[in-house]
Amino acid sequence: MKKDNILKEYLILAVITAVTIGVFSFYPQKSTLFEKNFLNYLVQMLQIFPAVMVLSGLLKVFVSKDIVGKYLGKTSGFRGLIIAVLLGTLPEGPLYIAFPLVKELREKGAKISNLIVFLSAWACIKIPQELVEFKFLGLKFMALRLSLTIIFVIIMGLIAEKIYERPERHKA
Amino acid sequence: MKVSSTTIIINAIAIFFLILAFIKDKKKTKGALKAALKSFVSILPKTIMIIFAIGYLLTFIPPSAIAKFVGDQAGFGGTIVISFLGAVLFIPSIISFPLAGSLLQSGASVTSVAAFITTLTMIGFVTLPLEIKILGKKFAALRNGFSYIVALLISFLMGVILR
Repeated sequence: MKKDNILKEYLILAVITAVTIGVFSFYPQKSTLFEKNFLNYLVQMLQIFPAVMVLSGLLKVFVSKDIVGKYLGKTSGFRGLIIAVLLGTLPEGPLYIAFPLVKELREKGAKISNLIVFLSAWACIKIPQELVEFKFLGLKFMALRLSLTIIFVIIMGLIAEKIYERPERHKA
Repeated sequence: MKVSSTTIIINAIAIFFLILAFIKDKKKTKGALKAALKSFVSILPKTIMIIFAIGYLLTFIPPSAIAKFVGDQAGFGGTIVISFLGAVLFIPSIISFPLAGSLLQSGASVTSVAAFITTLTMIGFVTLPLEIKILGKKFAALRNGFSYIVALLISFLMGVILR
């Protein structure tokens, strides 16, 4: 993100803070409740945020996109699907930086199911994110959603591949 | 101040990998810490804005109102609405979890909360044009369309299992 945008966000934050102080001078009876909730979430967030940022920084620096290309292009079968999930969870960064990589791998003949599984895993399974989910929604919620996501993303990849490849066969 | 075991576990994991990385490659690790500081500074204002939103939510909106819209008695309609919201909104997933937690705390159903964060992370409405441009209409439509169906399936199963 650009520096100007960050500065703008800090300015907006200052305005929100000022407005909030104003609001609670009208609702003094509510201000203790607000303070309690606000501080509770702020403290909880700050307790884990540095750790989460350090983990994503480490992933950003130590996991290169080359690893993805090396393993995702060649594998197939069930093993390929599992590798696609794992490779999707590791690299840091927004989803769109994976698009060109997926395009390149598709041209090189990687399986569509693997690519869809990889992109979806990249989008919604990330180790630092899972830790924040663990913190705010609990282990049971996080673990269950993670397991279901892996299962369904694989099923979805397989079905989407069938549909994706069907019309090509008709044309041929 | 109370420190939960969750907090200790998360920080222990980070410290463990930080030490490991430092032993493996000092220079790269320094780069990682720099990247961490940078993303911390850039995501902090959004984070505090979300916490303001949570504060207002828990202070002014009674749990009964939240339960009525996205709680158990809201049923299918509530889940559909919140899943659309998740698909369209662009909130960094990392700060959507405290928001989701506060919704759950104030009467939203497991299904609704799961639908919200699953569509939020899985479906990239904002990046969809780029996905179409680079990977083609068919690929993008299949992936995002199926993601929406899958997100709903995951949420309903979660609602059933965690009832």
